[in-house]
Amino acid sequence: MQSQLLPPPSLPEIHDRSTLLEEPTSTAWHNPRPAHQYNLVILGGGPAGIMAARSAAVLGAKVALIERNRLGGTCLNTGCIPSKAILRTSSLYADMRNAEKFGAQVPKDIKVDFAAVMARMRHIRARLGSRASAEALSTLGIDVYYSAGCFTARNSVAVDGQILRFKKALIATGARPLAPAVPGLNETGYLTHENVFDLTECPPRLLVIGGGPLGCELGQAFCRLGSKVTIVEKEPMFLSQEERDAAQILSGALARDGIDVRLNTDAVAVRKQGNEQFVDLVSDDYRSTVVVDQILVGIGRAPNVENLNLEAVGVKYSCDSGVKVNDFLQTTNSRIYAAGDVCLEHKFMHFEDASARLVVHNALFWGRERLSALTIPWCTYTDPEIAHVGLYVTEAIRKCIPVKTFTVPMHDVDRAIADGEEEGFVKIHVKEGSDKILGATVVARHAGEMINDITLAIGSRLGMDALARVIHPYPTQAAAIKMAADSYRRTRLTSTRKWLLRRWLAC
Amino acid sequence: MVTANVSDQDLLDRLQRAAFDYFLHETNPTNGLVSDTTRQGAPASIAVVGFALATYPIAVERGWITREEAAARIGVTLSFFWNSSQGEQSDATGYKGFYYHFLDLQTGKRTWTSELSLMDTALLLAGVLTAGIYFTEISQSENEIRELADALYRRIDWPWAQDDKSSLTQGWKPESGFLHYGWEGYNEAILLYVLALGSPTHPLPSISYPAWTSTYQWENIYGHDVLYAGPLFIHQFSHAWIDFRGIRDRFMREKRSDYFENSRKATYLQREYARRNPHNFKGYDQDCWGFTAGDGPCVSTVGDDGKDRQCSGYIARGVPFGPDDGTISPSAALASLPFEPAIALAAVRHYLTRYPDIVKEGRLPSGFNPTFSGRGTYGWISEGHFGLDQGIIVLMIENYRSQLVWKLMRECPYIKKGLQRAGFRGGWL
Repeated sequence: MQSQLLPPPSLPEIHDRSTLLEEPTSTAWHNPRPAHQYNLVILGGGPAGIMAARSAAVLGAKVALIERNRLGGTCLNTGCIPSKAILRTSSLYADMRNAEKFGAQVPKDIKVDFAAVMARMRHIRARLGSRASAEALSTLGIDVYYSAGCFTARNSVAVDGQILRFKKALIATGARPLAPAVPGLNETGYLTHENVFDLTECPPRLLVIGGGPLGCELGQAFCRLGSKVTIVEKEPMFLSQEERDAAQILSGALARDGIDVRLNTDAVAVRKQGNEQFVDLVSDDYRSTVVVDQILVGIGRAPNVENLNLEAVGVKYSCDSGVKVNDFLQTTNSRIYAAGDVCLEHKFMHFEDASARLVVHNALFWGRERLSALTIPWCTYTDPEIAHVGLYVTEAIRKCIPVKTFTVPMHDVDRAIADGEEEGFVKIHVKEGSDKILGATVVARHAGEMINDITLAIGSRLGMDALARVIHPYPTQAAAIKMAADSYRRTRLTSTRKWLLRRWLAC
Repeated sequence: MVTANVSDQDLLDRLQRAAFDYFLHETNPTNGLVSDTTRQGAPASIAVVGFALATYPIAVERGWITREEAAARIGVTLSFFWNSSQGEQSDATGYKGFYYHFLDLQTGKRTWTSELSLMDTALLLAGVLTAGIYFTEISQSENEIRELADALYRRIDWPWAQDDKSSLTQGWKPESGFLHYGWEGYNEAILLYVLALGSPTHPLPSISYPAWTSTYQWENIYGHDVLYAGPLFIHQFSHAWIDFRGIRDRFMREKRSDYFENSRKATYLQREYARRNPHNFKGYDQDCWGFTAGDGPCVSTVGDDGKDRQCSGYIARGVPFGPDDGTISPSAALASLPFEPAIALAAVRHYLTRYPDIVKEGRLPSGFNPTFSGRGTYGWISEGHFGLDQGIIVLMIENYRSQLVWKLMRECPYIKKGLQRAGFRGGWL
């Protein structure tokens, strides 16, 4: 299934989007007069751009931030924040339906108020968006320009008919959704993360194309909010980059929620009849058709590298992988850097944040911080969550590093048992013959919180011995990490050491 | 089946004999194909045929069948496969020397739109080669067995099944080409790789084996260091034919273990998981375990305990991460007999004492599930019997008792060559 870069069609019955938003739009802003020269001009007002602007401004730099649409970018407006808000409500509904498992009564007549779910999401988005508003950034001394910008020379950018001169520039224009080249899909219309949060009604039947983090998270959320959901994934497993056990646990969890899981399956044609969408699916030699009300596409994102005039300023890029950067996030033009989704393989908000800080340090202060030195975890916020940091076992083996994994199933963790949240595991990958932590995968209801212990350990070069010495409050689910470290320590008690200890302790 | 005053040997003899009887009763005598299950309308399974072929030497040695009768049955089977249709047409019996997973029991043609299966072909050929090694007398029937066994093996085009990749695919369909499923992680494919590497005519390149083992995960789980795979059959199927004691590939040399020892630990993990019983299913304890590929209930989503339970049918259950729907496969414990006889026997005696209903015609079912209601007093019981279960029971009991199959296959030059090309060293090699 090939992908293509197309903007998603608008929902035909969509309201004026401004009525769905609670934050001010660009039309209310007046762009400032440019300074003589900026220390840093930033193209893109998403998380990377805003973090870079703030970091640089706080240190005294003269900064210009250019945004063509809405500050906050994908994460705030159409990604992490709105999705986590509705995920929270959806998991509450799931717990209500499973109340018996927790010794409680299942409420009678559980009804999902979809409008209330989305209203709460919008309120949260607006509340967090105020921190990223043009007014708030201006108070830090940042010149905010609402318009499309592009390079005009190796040291200047044009925006809103004006020229901004810079010592250094940062490209942080982010990425946008890819769509599969499925015949009929454009004509029938589909949702992506850019417009799914504009829905005013929960679709009775939803097809999700793409079993990656977005597809799995939103597929599970909508199922729990009342949609009959089918997830189609072309690979034999969800989250194909993750550990097989993690993907299998997730697959089982989604099936238990009632999702129709179709792995190893491609959507090959879409047609509309009335208000219904008919989608033809193929899995090897098995063909079927599902009838749905909405299609949500989540097969990845493409970097926004168009219309920046990058060629004129010697910045190399590709439409697939984005702006080409070195390990210091410098482009092929030494004055211009890039950060965030426009250049990074892993498109996570916290990675954007970290890359932006790195750029400020390297661009403005002759820094030599390397992207490869960062310890970046990530998390898919399904239920259970799947979090990872560091190397996977296959990566370690490819690097010829002998690896052993210390595994603690969550059903061995007292707090997980008490919480009724036993699904999952902690797996810590250790370099054999040492206590060096190479990486870890956590599958648990709160994996995203738990992974931080291990991220800290790797980033601070602490090994399993150190993790085993960390005292966790009892009972917590994070104690699983200490349990894994304790397992490691027990393996160090070789038969020779045991013999020596017995001799020492003999009366 | 009363077991209270029955010795271990007698108990095993009864179970093994009853399991062997499956192959006497469920084989089409005109072509040697064996039914996948005893259920009405079941197709033939080529893997079950492979097990059947390997049970005949055991049956001859045990006096359950004469040598002549065994040779006759095997001859019919090998002749069928040698003369059956090989081609790209969708109703052939096979292609490129491989065979479709399921065949029509009467016609021998592909059925159930099943895939051309590499692993099941490997299990078939393991049985074929076993027969070829055992029947060594100079007679027309036994000469033919040896010739056909060799020819069937030599015909297989193993490299074709790589689909231009380093490791093997799982199968192929004429309608859609190679399956997208690979063999990532440890699984039952050691036998497959050994056979493919040992071929004198169409061998796999040596690099294909480490390409597969590079996806292994060595884990410490429940206090045991183990090459991890959830379902127990993964730790058993290759061992039905190959004696892994003391022989090690590069991976096991690095870990200072071997696949036999690994299977022992996998058995311990099963027991530990059952003892923990995280989903609170009925019946689980340290003597009631067996999580593997097998039949399971799919009749209701509410268990006898009134809780909402998912049911799964025939799937590969595994520990410690599931899937687990409360179904126990008793053959899994029996098949672990060579690795850890004490706990395997304890489990078998527990099944027979606590759940006597599960035994029919002296045989154990594919699965039983005390959490779900069914025809038995003690919960759901799988209907009929499955050939794969009975086959692994016969072979592994025999390997425990006399090591017959292991001894035979140690003499197979193709197995030896395949193991050596895979990097195995030491022990009997």
